[in-house]
Amino acid sequence: MITLLYFAWVRSDIGVAQEALETKAETVGELLAELQARSDQHAHALAEPARLRFAVNQTFVELGSPVRDGDEVAIFPPMTGG
Amino acid sequence: MIRVQAEDFDLGAELAALREGRRDIGALASFVGLVREMAPEGTQASAPDSSHNGSGEQSMTLEHYPGMTEKMLAEIEAEAQARWPLQASLIIHRYGRLLPGEQIVLVACASPHRHAAFEACQFLMDWLKTKAPFWKLEEVDGKGNWVDARESDEAAARRWQGG
Repeated sequence: MITLLYFAWVRSDIGVAQEALETKAETVGELLAELQARSDQHAHALAEPARLRFAVNQTFVELGSPVRDGDEVAIFPPMTGG
Repeated sequence: MIRVQAEDFDLGAELAALREGRRDIGALASFVGLVREMAPEGTQASAPDSSHNGSGEQSMTLEHYPGMTEKMLAEIEAEAQARWPLQASLIIHRYGRLLPGEQIVLVACASPHRHAAFEACQFLMDWLKTKAPFWKLEEVDGKGNWVDARESDEAAARRWQGG
């Protein structure tokens, strides 16, 4: 089981802040492809990976980075704090 | 020291606490980021008056990733401490709904001499903007718009990476 967290417009487009997923995905990219097929909202929010940032267990990662059972995977837009 | 909080902060009290009991600090630099009021759309004289229906009430809501925010701010602060001879440093970042004129963020750095304190403050802000998981939602008359990241902020963060 992987815990997914969404923030900012990724969260509002998908419609939930958090969900759990049983997956065989081995990388962030594979996980993203699986999520895109989950609903129209997911497909829309996650359509352009270049506009997204990813963190696994609160560390920034790339699309090729591994994901494992039990990971916390967050998907969000580029940050705009400060 | 880092703090992520909904509450406002008092710059004077924070700086006094940072240097309390210290006699070796020669320079204490700080920066405060504020919610800036946005010019209404179509402020040109040619804009039709009908575009000004609402009261123009503006707000800025800051969302963040609890846990990762604190982790990233601590890493950014540690990087500043590694790059400059800082005697003390502080990052406070607020979240939640803020109104124009309110304080969003405070960074402060103390060092024996001014250059390190000034530079480290700039560094903290530049890295914080692109590496700390905060997002701004601007609202005008209840209509929300997620703020886009700016390439100029990415460039500002990159200029420190050669060091």
